[in-house]
Amino acid sequence: MANETKKTSTPLLDELEKGKWPSFVKEIKKMADKNPRAKDLLGQLEQSYKDKVTHWKHGGLVGVRGYGGGVIGRYSDSPDKFPNVAHFHTIRINQPSGWFYTSKALREICDVWEQHGSGLTNMHGSTGDLVLLGTSTDNLEPIFTKLTNKGWDLGGSGSVLRTPSCCAGPARCEFACYDTLNLTYDLTQAYQDVLHRPQFPYKWKFKMSGCPNDCVASVARADMSIIGIWKDDIQVDQEAVRAYAKSGVDVQSEICDLCPTKCMSWDGKDLKIVNKWCNKCMHCINAMPKALRPGKERGAAILIGAKAPILQGAQMSSVLVPFMKMEPPYKELKDLVEKIWDFWGEYGKNRERIGELIQRVGMGQFLEALEIEPKPQMVANPRTNPFIFYEEYFEEEGEQK
Amino acid sequence: MESVQAEQRRTDIGPPKYDQFLHPVIKKNYGKWKYHEIVKPGVLVHVSDTGDKIYTVRMGSPRLINVDTIRMVCDLADKYCEGYLRFTSRHNVEFLLADQSKIDPLINEIEANGYPVGGTGKSITNIVHTQGWVHCHTPATDASGIVKAVMDELYDYFKTMKLPAKLRIALACCLNMCGAVHCSDIAILGVHRRPPKILPNLNKICEIPTTVAACPTGAIAPAVVDGVQTVEVNEEKCMFCGNCYTMCPAMPLANSLNDGVSIWVGGKVSNARHAPMFSKLAIPYLPNNPPRWPEVVNAVKNIVEVYAKDAKKYERVGEWIERIGWPRFFSMTGIEFTKYHIDDYRFAATTFNTSTHFTL
Ligand code: HEM
Ligand code: HEM
Ligand code: SF4
Ligand code: SF4
Ligand code: SF4
Ligand code: SF4
Repeated sequence: MANETKKTSTPLLDELEKGKWPSFVKEIKKMADKNPRAKDLLGQLEQSYKDKVTHWKHGGLVGVRGYGGGVIGRYSDSPDKFPNVAHFHTIRINQPSGWFYTSKALREICDVWEQHGSGLTNMHGSTGDLVLLGTSTDNLEPIFTKLTNKGWDLGGSGSVLRTPSCCAGPARCEFACYDTLNLTYDLTQAYQDVLHRPQFPYKWKFKMSGCPNDCVASVARADMSIIGIWKDDIQVDQEAVRAYAKSGVDVQSEICDLCPTKCMSWDGKDLKIVNKWCNKCMHCINAMPKALRPGKERGAAILIGAKAPILQGAQMSSVLVPFMKMEPPYKELKDLVEKIWDFWGEYGKNRERIGELIQRVGMGQFLEALEIEPKPQMVANPRTNPFIFYEEYFEEEGEQK
Repeated sequence: MESVQAEQRRTDIGPPKYDQFLHPVIKKNYGKWKYHEIVKPGVLVHVSDTGDKIYTVRMGSPRLINVDTIRMVCDLADKYCEGYLRFTSRHNVEFLLADQSKIDPLINEIEANGYPVGGTGKSITNIVHTQGWVHCHTPATDASGIVKAVMDELYDYFKTMKLPAKLRIALACCLNMCGAVHCSDIAILGVHRRPPKILPNLNKICEIPTTVAACPTGAIAPAVVDGVQTVEVNEEKCMFCGNCYTMCPAMPLANSLNDGVSIWVGGKVSNARHAPMFSKLAIPYLPNNPPRWPEVVNAVKNIVEVYAKDAKKYERVGEWIERIGWPRFFSMTGIEFTKYHIDDYRFAATTFNTSTHFTL
């Protein structure tokens, strides 16, 4: 590999070294001094800043032996000018649940990556993976072998189960209504085969949030969003509510009046909640975490079908199972998931997300196929159009067809 | 290249189990957390039923970081956190401390290294973003550059908690929207405006039926030009998704004259008070003006400032706009309302106002 020492001139990118927010240009430049890939990335990026277009080409298929995903193939459209990024593939490493690390583990990844790649990373990609940004095809196998020997594996890309991800959950959040870290680990391990080898019509994402605050934005971007909720009453410490009031919280206007279901009242001494009306929005609990906690009977709501606009328009996930207990070995959840995958495999078209398939066949048909009872929690409102496809009607006795 | 044959090749091992990466205090109090407080901007304390405490110091990061920066972060974790740390869903680094007295020395070292501490509570935290010109083939704009320029301008909002509520910004560099930009308080979205070109060698590198099928609006049809099989694009039907280019490299969409940025507002994902909402169009087009995109920076800053002044406590951007109404949003921000703001795709009619509920 050419190891030129001549500095790349980058008058445009230099402007992005200024200012207070930490600069990605500085990050690239520091590597460019000792890594030819980073140096050519810098040069090509400057070229894009000049031309106002990307200089990457659509990736061909590239990967490690036996895997159908985990590497995003990327090629420069100007390999003559930037030979060290002629290939510049990205490797997705499956992050640990909740993005918890030790310095030792991170250092091991850094050492492999400095030797075999650009030395640049995304911590993290928006799917959740630890992203190693840019290497050549011949380095993929050595990197894979070294990382798996340190206990790491690739994440998903293409028509596979994408790397599941979750919020901080019970590890560091009092609101967690189930163990998001454990469920994420469990599903990731249980479904390694479909994570690494494309067997689906298109991508499938699981995201686990421990409560309706939904810190991993599951409702916006997971095919299956698993959001912790509780069934019984919010736990209230009246003494602590009074302490909040004393410290300046206006419990009436900041808590009760903002409750969307208007189920709270405050008489200056006690906070009363009509729990059967509460829709578990989290506002009061977020605002007074010392005083209020989710109930004790906990589980999760399962929502299905979120996707970005391509192809048929953006969709958020919608309720499929209003409440499910979330305890190992998660059999009820896995049975449901596998049933859905079977249905999707049978009826889904190529590149059709589950949310699009449900739109196409109708939620009613989908529920019937899964043997799930329709429930009012599934809709914002019942239909407003009268175009009902009645499946049954009576016939007169002896009627001629 | 060094040989790795000595090491055995293993597959399908999955990620390492999380419990080996948990700080001992977290392990001991797993699932027992009672409440948390924001000690000051960028610092949280979580208190357990057992009385134990874990402190979190949140550090902003550009997301694209090199191995030496990761090692710097590791050094700090070793010095102050027994080697334990985590990352957040918005690319921040979180240091986990058992010892309260180490917080300020840690913050001093982080800031001396050029990284900010903040992003908690009623602040603007890090911008979730995608690859842009650094690594993707379909972007209409760069990601990291705009994020840097916008965060430079909004830096004080990261370091303080003076907004009515938290404000989440996200950026995606094309309509594929890798990242949940469509449910953000403010979304910055790269847009192509000119339908794809058709290169003369199309029949040599693309399969025509799959290229035709790639288009969600049915804008692509097979065609014969000068006796050669190719495709044609019905430009009126094209909504610039780039899906054809993903399938067929002979249909490039990137265009330096026309590509740019749109701005969307009022989305959210949490259920607090109001149900999750999509972001809605505020500005249909701003030019790509690298390296610092001043038009985009000013547009975002303007929306933030108008919101910060007018919204009530706890109101997210979308809740604020719902209360004041879209006419007021446009008049207060001075943003021009155009025909592009009125939906003309599927289900457009569901976005029309069918009431006399509006301000004049
Ligand atoms: C047809 C639609 C889509 C196409 C063609 C597409 C294509 C791509 C490509 C080419 C990349 C690699 C970027 C790079 O590193 O070079 C990418 C990354 C990614 N995509 Fe997509 N994408 C699509 C839709 C989506 C959707 C709907 C989501 C999420 C709901 C998504 C989430 C992601 C994420 C999280 C990444 C990693 C990006 C990052 O962290 O910067 N993509 N996508
Ligand atoms: C006071 C109540 C809340 C607590 C204790 C809390 C706790 C947390 C925790 C522990 C994280 C880190 C999780 C992770 O990155 O995986 C986090 C991140 C996040 N939360 Fe919350 N959350 C609260 C309320 C909310 C609300 C109401 C929303 C949305 C409206 C929200 C949105 C987010 C987002 C977007 C992140 C990523 C932040 C970042 O990385 O900088 N949270 N929150
Ligand atoms: S989603 Fe809920 S449980 Fe998970 S980190 Fe956010 S606030 Fe905590
Ligand atoms: S969680 Fe929301 S709906 Fe339930 S009582 Fe609190 S504010 Fe009201
Ligand atoms: S949003 Fe578009 S341009 Fe950006 S990384 Fe995703 S596919 Fe590429
Ligand atoms: S950009 Fe999208 S809408 Fe336009 S021709 Fe290509 S596939 Fe069709």
